[in-house]
Amino acid sequence: MQIVTTGVAGTMESSDIIIRIEPNDQEGIELSIDSSVMQQFGKQIEKVIRKTLFDLGVTSAVVSAVDKGALDCTIAARVSTAAYRASERTDYVWNGGVN
Amino acid sequence: MPRLRRSMLFVPGNNPGMIRDAHIYGSDSIMFDLEDSVSINEKDAARYLVYKALTSLKYGKKELVVRINALDTRLGIDDLEAMVRAQPHVIRLPKTETAKDVIDCEREIARIEAEIGLPVGTTKMMAAIESAQGVLNAYEIAKSSSRLIGIALGAEDYVTDLKTTRSPEGVELLFARSMIVNAARAAGIAALDTVYSDVNNEAGFRAEAELIKKLGFDGKSVINPRQIQPLHDIFNPTEKDIAKAKAIMAAIAEAEARGSGVASLNGKMIDKPIVERAKYMLERAAATSIPIEEV
Amino acid sequence: MEFELNKIPHLSEITAIHGAFNELAIPAKAHESLAERQRNSKKLLSSIEEAIKYVGLKDGMTISFHHHFRNGDYVINMVMDVIAKMGFKGLTLAASSLTDIHEPLIEHIKNGVIKHIETSGLRGKLAEAVSHGLMDFPIIFRSHGGRAAAIETGELHIDIAFLGAPSCDPYGNANGYNRDDENGSCCGSLGYAKLDAVKADKCVIITDHLVSFPNAPFGIPESHVDCVVKVESVGDPKGIMSGATRYTKNPKELLIAKTAADVIEASGYFNDGFSMQMGSGGASLATARFLREKMINKNIKARFALGGITGQIVEMHEEGLVQKILDVQSFDLVAANSLKNNRFHQQIDASYYASYVNRGAAVNQLDFVILSALEIDTDFNINVLTGSDGVIRGAIGGHPDTAAGASLSVVVAPLLRGRIPTIVGKVNTVVTPGCTVDVVVTDQGVAVNPRRPEIKERLEAAGIPVFTIDQLRARAERIVGVPEPIQYEDRVVGVVMYRDNSVIDVIRQVKEID
Repeated sequence: MQIVTTGVAGTMESSDIIIRIEPNDQEGIELSIDSSVMQQFGKQIEKVIRKTLFDLGVTSAVVSAVDKGALDCTIAARVSTAAYRASERTDYVWNGGVN
Repeated sequence: MPRLRRSMLFVPGNNPGMIRDAHIYGSDSIMFDLEDSVSINEKDAARYLVYKALTSLKYGKKELVVRINALDTRLGIDDLEAMVRAQPHVIRLPKTETAKDVIDCEREIARIEAEIGLPVGTTKMMAAIESAQGVLNAYEIAKSSSRLIGIALGAEDYVTDLKTTRSPEGVELLFARSMIVNAARAAGIAALDTVYSDVNNEAGFRAEAELIKKLGFDGKSVINPRQIQPLHDIFNPTEKDIAKAKAIMAAIAEAEARGSGVASLNGKMIDKPIVERAKYMLERAAATSIPIEEV
Repeated sequence: MEFELNKIPHLSEITAIHGAFNELAIPAKAHESLAERQRNSKKLLSSIEEAIKYVGLKDGMTISFHHHFRNGDYVINMVMDVIAKMGFKGLTLAASSLTDIHEPLIEHIKNGVIKHIETSGLRGKLAEAVSHGLMDFPIIFRSHGGRAAAIETGELHIDIAFLGAPSCDPYGNANGYNRDDENGSCCGSLGYAKLDAVKADKCVIITDHLVSFPNAPFGIPESHVDCVVKVESVGDPKGIMSGATRYTKNPKELLIAKTAADVIEASGYFNDGFSMQMGSGGASLATARFLREKMINKNIKARFALGGITGQIVEMHEEGLVQKILDVQSFDLVAANSLKNNRFHQQIDASYYASYVNRGAAVNQLDFVILSALEIDTDFNINVLTGSDGVIRGAIGGHPDTAAGASLSVVVAPLLRGRIPTIVGKVNTVVTPGCTVDVVVTDQGVAVNPRRPEIKERLEAAGIPVFTIDQLRARAERIVGVPEPIQYEDRVVGVVMYRDNSVIDVIRQVKEID
């Protein structure tokens, strides 16, 4: 998935996370995280963001996250939404749950 | 055991905090909303959020419902593509005007079920009736699909369509409510009432809940968790109701034991409808007393 | 007068006989009118500086303050600024509690004016700075009862108490309200100041509202007061107290409160003539509302309510549902006005409230108490002092005192705060030991301490599902995941005392993360 513009998803509400995805000049994910639960869940948040991007096929992007205690499923949803917005695509793939 | 549908808690589809906590308030059903509570620019975000929540969080034995956007735009189809895969128990179709709306939606659901190898018919449906035309077609809608578990009134759009407004007494909704509860009963499915939006008016809410219970509804949608307990208090059989129902069933058993077809209680003959009501009462009482399940 | 003192038998055994009367030794009698006397009161000093000189503050002394002005308090900062300007160093500041508004203390600590702090709690920037290693000398945290006991035994010796008062007369009769007029600020009870006034070597009252003698009823009598200073303002009324504590509308807090009330009803302690205390916090206070309904339905009345008092308790008192109120701290204006106007609303001091060394404390008469928690661990230990990140952000208050005193202690908390589980394997800081905690009520289930099997039986008999505390912890972790433990330095920045002034835990400096 090619990041062509800036895509933002999420809110500043408690239990939410704002994900901002922008094009990166070079290959790789440049990730910054600011979280109210950094000490307890910082590594987990990074893991979920990177895995979600990998599953979507995003290999080059500048990603920033401002987290207010979002659950893993919320992080994955916001990353996916931001990635589709940043790639200006709507060909969503739903492959969780039943298969 | 009949499934209770006293309360259906509305949860805005783009609110992670509410989605996470939706199961704690003891409502019988949870309805995740992708439609009116989500702004047009956030439809994709809400769809993703509800999809991820349904496929990763546990909600115990609660009946899970997703209200999708109407199928007249691309949004509705996108919602279905995601939600049939996420597998809530029920897809709620908004603004249902005719039986055809239900059948069109059902066709899409069946297609997606087939695509993912799910037995066709797994996904249940509920139709919300929110217009004058929908009310007049209530019975046709109610029996349009075997997937339908119930029909519901959506009052805000309906009163706008009627060119009136909602009143505390709800007289403007009497016809629609009567039509919907009749249609649902004739089709053998549930009848569910609209929301009461003034969350701080507990007395008004109680009055409306009393009214719809009398009309025959199974329950009501709620927009604030604070409305759940009062609603259940009204819908739950009282100890007096239960004692009476038990007495009726005992009288029947006693009559059968002595080989008599005629039972009576306190000098009054017990006829068939009385027995049926007593049975229904006891079933409801049993369903009500189920303790909170381990989520 | 014809007598010879030394010839009267046994009189030599009486020590309080100071020789024969001598007219010349009697001081001149005052002839002024009451009004003139008050104008000329030598106790009334013109400035805080003058008062500090008068009471003889020295380097290294212990000074005390109360926290009845909460986040509206001007007194501590005002007095400390003068003390700093006068050049004193190495003081111990023993406050009943400290809050966000006391951030300026950071400078006084850095400059060596304050060497050590004792308090019930710490919040805001000051708390953060302490957690990050501001002070060499660890802060001593005591419960309200533990502080009272330490003062009573003399282990916490107060040299000078600087006590703010919303009303005072020129002779030092001080109170948190006054019955003369409606002017001035108002804080209701002066419960945490009363004992300091009695036990400190010197006591300075700082007021912004002088009324004429006698300011009766008084919380602090002139007999304990050395001098009085009138200042422009002792605090911001808006920060001192709100008009009325409103019941929460948060559905989760209401759910917890309703469950807590159901638990109380089924516990065996909800009988006519019961006694109760509600801790601060939305869910804890809201429990009163659900109990009220149950009291009306069952025609049950409470003998007394204790503690920090809110308008909700007052309302129940005025309805006849709560016969008496014992008030160590008034939480809102409704409570303060009730103390002023209701004859069965009694002001009490910190010792009477919760000390373990006096001859009787009110907490020991409690049937039940509803308390809040930041963290609860699977041994039922409670933390109300440090946040999930290990940083100090709370106060012990009367938590361990009431949990130990009440026959039934019920701790209410949400299972999760954002992504942080409330129920954990080990609390960051033990404040109240699990052996005094009986029931934990969350929005997602109730757990009963295995030490109280009879309570579990009663709850289950009433149809309230009871889980083990481990089940609740597992449920929390299933939703949010398992948090990684907080990283600390070895250095101890706070020492947490139990109510008997034994050390129950320590707080360490948090590790800096980039």
